[in-house]
Amino acid sequence: MAGANNSQDLLRAPLTIEFGFSRTTGPVIGAFLTGLVEQRVLGIKDSTGRIVCPPVEYDSVTGEPITEMVEVGTEGIITSWSWVNTPREGQPVQDPHALALIRLDGADTAMMHVVAADSDEEVATGARVRIRWSAERTGQITDIECFELVEE
Amino acid sequence: MTEVAIVSFAQTDHQRARPEVNEVEMVQPVIHQALEDVGATISDIDFTCSGSSDYLAGQAFSFVMTLDAVGAWPPIAESHVEMDGAWALYEAWLKIQAGHADTALVYGYSKASPGDLPRVLSRGLDPYYQGPLWPDSVAVAGLQARQMLDSAMITEAEMTEIAFRNRESAENNPHAQLRGSAPVEELLAQDYLCNPLRKHDCAPITDGGCAIVLAAGDKARDWVDRPAWLRGIDHRIDSHNFGGRDLTVAPSIAIAAESAGVSPGLDVAEVHAPFSHQEKIVTTGLGLSDSVEVNPSGGALAANPMMAAGLVRLGEVAKRIMSEEIDRGVAHATGGQLLQQNLVAVLEGE
Amino acid sequence: MSEDRPISAFPDGLWTQPQPSVPSGDDTVSGDDTVSEVQRIRTPASFVYDYTPGRAPSRFLRGLAEKKILGEKCPVSGDVYVPSRGMSPVEGLPTTEAVEVGPKATITSFCVVHIGFGENAPPTPFVSALILPDGAAVSLYGTILGIPHGDVRIGLRVEPVWLPHDQLTTSFENITHWEPIDEPDVAAERLKGHM
Repeated sequence: MAGANNSQDLLRAPLTIEFGFSRTTGPVIGAFLTGLVEQRVLGIKDSTGRIVCPPVEYDSVTGEPITEMVEVGTEGIITSWSWVNTPREGQPVQDPHALALIRLDGADTAMMHVVAADSDEEVATGARVRIRWSAERTGQITDIECFELVEE
Repeated sequence: MTEVAIVSFAQTDHQRARPEVNEVEMVQPVIHQALEDVGATISDIDFTCSGSSDYLAGQAFSFVMTLDAVGAWPPIAESHVEMDGAWALYEAWLKIQAGHADTALVYGYSKASPGDLPRVLSRGLDPYYQGPLWPDSVAVAGLQARQMLDSAMITEAEMTEIAFRNRESAENNPHAQLRGSAPVEELLAQDYLCNPLRKHDCAPITDGGCAIVLAAGDKARDWVDRPAWLRGIDHRIDSHNFGGRDLTVAPSIAIAAESAGVSPGLDVAEVHAPFSHQEKIVTTGLGLSDSVEVNPSGGALAANPMMAAGLVRLGEVAKRIMSEEIDRGVAHATGGQLLQQNLVAVLEGE
Repeated sequence: MSEDRPISAFPDGLWTQPQPSVPSGDDTVSGDDTVSEVQRIRTPASFVYDYTPGRAPSRFLRGLAEKKILGEKCPVSGDVYVPSRGMSPVEGLPTTEAVEVGPKATITSFCVVHIGFGENAPPTPFVSALILPDGAAVSLYGTILGIPHGDVRIGLRVEPVWLPHDQLTTSFENITHWEPIDEPDVAAERLKGHM
């Protein structure tokens, strides 16, 4: 095996594979994404009264459809985070930033998104953040460009 | 229930990259060895099932191509899961329970080296809320580690000790990719790869695979002196809504463990934890006592062939039973990110 | 279908989802009530891989750079597979010997293509065919040109047309297409087992 593993002898070529997927949203995710275009964030009330945000279509315990959507805040707190030193293609912020779980005011669950910050020393669990909206909003989770830290 | 045992296990020498071979050329030797070790050929096998994913090497219909390594002519009864081979083993176990097979060949493999694995894995996340953010798998794992650190369920030193122990154990595993470790103090002094994770907290990127032969009842006893009987097996899933659940626990592991019959009296546990902090979630979920040796093979932190590292855990426990090194052990496999899906199997000698 | 056969039906409500109630957006920041409801998103994904073909396909591709079609011999049956991924698919054993096949070959199946895919597809309609190189056990895929598509038939003898010498690389695209040669057709019975 080792003898054949001479990289100079190997044929190699870049191979690009692209998937042009398009997905239907259904009414709940569609309403959430429509809300983002309007710069508001919607959650949904589950069977225990918890506000799930981003919203899901079915109750996580009973499996029943849930339908009562409610507006939550555009600020919230970081419930967990990690620091992305080397951003990858497609990530919303191309400078070093935090990947985070963020519980918006009025919601009981957290959404995954990114937090812009100059260094990991600025970020902490419990820190307050607010949405920075994208200038052009098309009904995608990336209509939230990122979250930014709120000075307190 | 039909008695089913693992009677044979073979794995590649796991490496960071095997550019000189394609997936078929990589996995054929272990398929061949797993059959040969019990003196079988593919004509002795009633059912074949594999685990792989086309996204990893960018190879469309990869599992169809690797059937060339099986010798699937005349046509065989065959299936595939786009999951770790441990779930292929579960399907084969069901096939035997259903009375449709007495013997099965199971394998899992991948070449993760041709692509950018942490980016490729982002396609397994929720496609509406998470996928468009392209979160890499290391940063996602960091969210889970952070919650454990914040709630004082683990420390960075403990995480480092877990990584150290696994890689030191791998010194005795000739198939492992990372064998041996720098001292804990030295590791802890290193910069973060992705705060709160350091490089040593993460599994390596691996090209490799493994194969297992299953047999029922007397067929198993015919083939080997001491089959590794699958006394119980179950798999469960936790919510994929990472913001909606407590990431520091995996209730699916505890339920699968109870269903599979995990109980005191285990010699060894082989758990599939691609990040150091996850080992603690798994061993806690399994309810293991301190006397159980965890990952004598080095676990996924020493070699992490995607779509095979879970099946390797079953093989590592079975190997030790077949060689009479141990009497009873538990194997765990995971799928998806943040220990979302979990399979638990209890294996035992006669 | 007999009258008394039960006709299955989905239970009411299956595959449907109730419409959620959405709070009024009068007090939204944008104040824009012309926003149309989002029903679909695009989620394009692109991945770049560092592709290496493996041992046997590398032999095949290197052969093409020298205008040779190299198959791989089954160590048990002697059958030659082309292109090969390095295994005899019947025996599940590695092939060890590269064997030159063709270039003359026989059409074992074909179809007339009216909708072309890919950047290099010829103008439609054209003929795609399975082509059995002399000495090979299995057919490979190619385009047939130089003959009206109505005249293409199983058993037709063909040979490859290569790119100019200075454009040859280690690529299957070295063979631009296949064209008929002036040899008698091969009887279909002789193609049995290769189709």
